[in-house]
Amino acid sequence: MSYGIRLKVWGDHGCFTRPEMKVERVSYDVMTPSAARGILEAIHWKPAIRWVIDAIHVLEPIRFKSIRRNEVGHKAPAGKIKSAMKRGDLGGLQLLVDEDRQQRAATVLVKPAYVIEAHFELTQKAGADDNEGKHLDIFNRRAERGQCFHQPCLGTREFTAHFELFSPETSLPEAIPDSRDLGFMLWDIDHQAPGRPSMFFRAQMTDGVIRIPQPGSAEVLR
Amino acid sequence: MTAISNRYDFSLVFEVTNGNPNGDPDAGNLPRLDPETNKGLVTDVSLKRKVRNFVELAKSGEDGFHIYVEEGAILNEKHRQAYKALHPDDGKLDKAAKLNPKDDREARKLRDFMCMNFFDVRTFGAVMSTGINCGQVKGPVQMTFASSVEPILPLEISITRMAATNEAEKKQKAEGDDSNDRTDNRTMGRKHIVPYGLYVAHGFISAKFAERTGFSETDLELFWQALANMFEHDRAAARGEMASRKLIVFKHANALGNAPAHTLFDLVRIGRNVDGEFRSVDDKRIGNEPPARKFSDYLITIDREKCPDGVEIIEKF
Repeated sequence: MSYGIRLKVWGDHGCFTRPEMKVERVSYDVMTPSAARGILEAIHWKPAIRWVIDAIHVLEPIRFKSIRRNEVGHKAPAGKIKSAMKRGDLGGLQLLVDEDRQQRAATVLVKPAYVIEAHFELTQKAGADDNEGKHLDIFNRRAERGQCFHQPCLGTREFTAHFELFSPETSLPEAIPDSRDLGFMLWDIDHQAPGRPSMFFRAQMTDGVIRIPQPGSAEVLR
Repeated sequence: MTAISNRYDFSLVFEVTNGNPNGDPDAGNLPRLDPETNKGLVTDVSLKRKVRNFVELAKSGEDGFHIYVEEGAILNEKHRQAYKALHPDDGKLDKAAKLNPKDDREARKLRDFMCMNFFDVRTFGAVMSTGINCGQVKGPVQMTFASSVEPILPLEISITRMAATNEAEKKQKAEGDDSNDRTDNRTMGRKHIVPYGLYVAHGFISAKFAERTGFSETDLELFWQALANMFEHDRAAARGEMASRKLIVFKHANALGNAPAHTLFDLVRIGRNVDGEFRSVDDKRIGNEPPARKFSDYLITIDREKCPDGVEIIEKF
């Protein structure tokens, strides 16, 4: 077990989409462990390590807002790209937005701010020169300087996450004095298993802090 | 094409005069508003659309600068006919189950092909239904919602048209009307405008993602050009006068960056110009000032003193 890290993340909006409401997106009340993992991975990640989220502190009241946008209805079809490659001609490959338009509303969080408590574990892929201290140092160095692989986001890429590292000595900012049962929440997606199933957990916010079950614990439901 | 090797963060300041920068489909096309602060919003996708349109105009079909997510007519209609002749049963292509790439290698090939040919895929990324890890291309350029510096006041302007859409409408008008000819066939319409608004959008360019998609220095220059000129080619009845006013680019010395983005954006302060004096927009004393109606009512200062080491501030315009 390596030392944990504590990272404050905040932004103007966030959208941690509920899997059951993906078309007209509705965000969860708080950040999911999988989104938190994504933020940490945006700062530092190697196949040798795996981030594990321990807790999420909610620093700002939970508020929502609706935004409706024109979106494109379809993804780029791989088959069409393949045949265009074969033909060596791009004709018919474009996507016409005004013929394939969907207006969708997203219910997003307003001014979210969190502290992510996490640690990492070494994976099967760790080589001889991978040790926990090294990766922890790299992460801490990067997070302190504001360096990142790509700018992390709060659920979707248009909602940028700003981040700031707390050193082990500093005390954390006050979480909101709010306790509620957040119901079943996405814990993470199992990318190893076929079909990449989602895993859920029963999220309980106690005085603004949500404790996240560890991987493999009985609280993580498939 | 070698990819860029520096991380960039940028702050784009643009204005709108008597126009609607971005309508809200939820509010009958009123300019988007943040309901809590009354500040105006322009979505990221709206700005990206304009960048795409500019590149399409500037490069009009040049190899490697095609635009995947297009608006309007297709330029290679001829190709399309050839394509249709080749694949009369195009419907089969929609049955994606059989068309998924066999393995990661093929998915990568498809991805590289798309990145090589399409500027917007290379820049903003795209989601491809390859069935392998969603086959997403994450583009290096990420933009946020632009938000106005001060609260905006949208105005609703009623306008009239001296013609009816169809016969039925003309009849309807005539029945309830006993006045002179001048109002015959007249229909009313509505326009929403913002008298003046100064908006700021933030953006991020990740050198690491650029490596993956092949976003090069040339592409970057084109992107800056697009930000400068995108409103010049987006004139419309609804838009009023829009213009990019300032583009402040923070160039980091390395790929991962040398400072947190938010501290860089905080170096740029936009305030009201009160007789040449800078006043913050939160300043209570500007309550007595008339509302801002032109760019010179604002002052933009950049705190170069506080600029962290390893970050270069470039004012593109």
